[in-house]
Amino acid sequence: MANHELNSGNPRVDIEYRRKKSKEEMRYQIVSFTMMLFLTFIAFGMVAAKGFSHWFTVPIILLLAVVQVIFQLYYFMHMNQKGHEAPSLFLFTGLGVGLTAILTFMTIVWW
Amino acid sequence: MSTYAQKKGFGATLWDFLTTVDHKKIAILYLIAGGFFFVVGGLEAMFIRIQLAVPNNDFVSAGLYNEIMTMHGTTMIFLAAMPLVFAFMNAVMPLQIGARDVAFPFVNALGFWLFFFGGVFLNLSWFLGGAPDAGWTSYASLAIASKGHGVDFYVLGLQISGIGTLIGGINFLVTIINMRAPGMTYMRMPLFTWSTFVTSALILFAFPPLTVGLVLMMFDRLFGANFFEVTMGGNTVIWEHLFWIFGHPEVYILILPAFGIFSETFAIFSRKRLFGYSSMVFALVLIGFLGFMVWAHHMFTTGLGPVANAIFAVATMAIGVPTGIKIFNWLFTMWGGSVKFTTPMLYAVSFIPSFVAGGVTGVMLASAAADYQYHDTYFVVAHFHYVIVGGVVLAILAGTHLYWPKMFGTMLNETMGKITFTLFLIGFHLTFFIQHFLGLWGMPRRVFTYLPGQGFETANMVSTVGAFFMAVGVIVLLINIIVTSARNVRVGNDPWGDGRTLEWAIPSPPPFYNFKQLPLVRGLDAYWLEKMEGKMAMTPAEPIGDIHMPNASFLPFTIALGLFIAAFGAMYHVDHKPWALPVMVIGLLVTFASMFLRSVKDDHGFHIHKEDLIEKTDKGVEA
Repeated sequence: MANHELNSGNPRVDIEYRRKKSKEEMRYQIVSFTMMLFLTFIAFGMVAAKGFSHWFTVPIILLLAVVQVIFQLYYFMHMNQKGHEAPSLFLFTGLGVGLTAILTFMTIVWW
Repeated sequence: MSTYAQKKGFGATLWDFLTTVDHKKIAILYLIAGGFFFVVGGLEAMFIRIQLAVPNNDFVSAGLYNEIMTMHGTTMIFLAAMPLVFAFMNAVMPLQIGARDVAFPFVNALGFWLFFFGGVFLNLSWFLGGAPDAGWTSYASLAIASKGHGVDFYVLGLQISGIGTLIGGINFLVTIINMRAPGMTYMRMPLFTWSTFVTSALILFAFPPLTVGLVLMMFDRLFGANFFEVTMGGNTVIWEHLFWIFGHPEVYILILPAFGIFSETFAIFSRKRLFGYSSMVFALVLIGFLGFMVWAHHMFTTGLGPVANAIFAVATMAIGVPTGIKIFNWLFTMWGGSVKFTTPMLYAVSFIPSFVAGGVTGVMLASAAADYQYHDTYFVVAHFHYVIVGGVVLAILAGTHLYWPKMFGTMLNETMGKITFTLFLIGFHLTFFIQHFLGLWGMPRRVFTYLPGQGFETANMVSTVGAFFMAVGVIVLLINIIVTSARNVRVGNDPWGDGRTLEWAIPSPPPFYNFKQLPLVRGLDAYWLEKMEGKMAMTPAEPIGDIHMPNASFLPFTIALGLFIAAFGAMYHVDHKPWALPVMVIGLLVTFASMFLRSVKDDHGFHIHKEDLIEKTDKGVEA
């Protein structure tokens, strides 16, 4: 949640450090963006290739989706930075509750 | 706002409360509204017990009994216990963390008015053709078949009040995360604040499933959908799941604040730091988490299969562990303390055996195989009244006595408080202990009468006598409140003399800005720490300065009122009443116009200036 503008009005801001940090962040963003494109390509390719059974492709695609969500949240939405403990706690709790409900409706609810 | 100390006329006071965004006044509103619904639900309980006092009774008819029973449960859970718990959260939590108000004062007021109008809407069903009669769980097959508008009142009323609760919960979460005073780390928060935090998180995750369930039910009943209609390809079991995914966390939403109130009570009146603070916090959070993993134990006999039943049985029993941790910690808090048996402490001490009894029957019910025997008998009724009355209601009564001076600036009479306590506790055990046996002997729940000669007569009569004890206890409490208010003996900051947390460091009732200077928190039980070092007040964490306060607003009232009007339109639309659709449109227009007004009209609040604060200082400002 910290501010990342270079000119925050604070005279003691270490511009060198900020610049290095931003550069590093940019690198992570590009790497994760490339990875995401690559993962999407794999997912697409697996379906297009036809050779694999559904029991193989579906779990793999789901797994790739989870990885993509993590990239999205942590690198693009900055959840890897400090000050995101409470949001991530609630996010994962919500995810837990939601997934339990979905699991329930797929297993012990019958028609 | 500076009219604070002046005497005001009735009209001005009323307008003040209709437009207030002050958490302390909203707490009083919650207390009054919740107290009113508590009395209504209590009357319904008395009618139930009168009807069941003797076999073959015809005090009420079977249909009316179903309505009374449904409304007793719904009112007590949604309109009495929750608002009363919210009253204490609103009154105490911001003070305990050293905040000047909650994070969103406007939303706080909106939450109250939504709850209030939802509750009024639900109870108007008594005068408009019959109350809901499908039980507080309102299982879909029964609810959809229910004639008249009873269940529509349930669906729409709970939807409106549910939105209020949800935004209230979110508000508390944001407040606790963002508005703690300097030095108030998470692990220095008082236990009541911790329980508010966990409860609010439960509200955040538990109310959406209820909302979804109610929306589906609303579409089924009012707009011709078939989500739960089995003959049309719907699924009635989904309602049960949605309801209990909400419903089980809901009972923890009620009991966790009760734990919080008792944790404060034990520490204050044992004059000791709470034993095992960090394990208490851990247990609270764990109970909160586990609360979402156990809902299907309400549905063991639905036919989920042995695997699901076994999983949920084990998960349910696991909750006994953190609860046990808490019980032992409370006992150890008292151990070696210099215990003062004030009214709140009496409630706290008697809560332990009462709640443990309810917990033990809970573990019995959690064994899925045995549950087939207990299911739908008075054993279940006895169990949940032991945990809810023996836990939540005792906590609410304890909290009323404990926090009354902080909320109103005057102490409830201790002698009368102890009379209430004695009558209520005896009445409670008399009413519900025998119901365990009624259940084991085979008396089913939710029946409006029973035949003579089945061995139920004496036990039911005993139970009814107990209910009258509780009623008299509550009447004594009401007299106590009236007498206390009439005498109006003012008290100081710390009327119990042993206050430990920040709320006791400021006047009773606190000024509308709470803290002139935000306090510096130097540890758990911040005020106690300062007192032990011989200081009379908290060390301020900031120089005195302008305080930014929110403006009062009438819009929360009109937003809620609009939904209340729209609900009537939606409901009577089914009967093809020509006025129904316009009423619905007008109601929604009122709501959206108010929301629009709020959005476009900038309201920056106002500042209390430093000079005004210094003028009002009685013993000098500390830099």
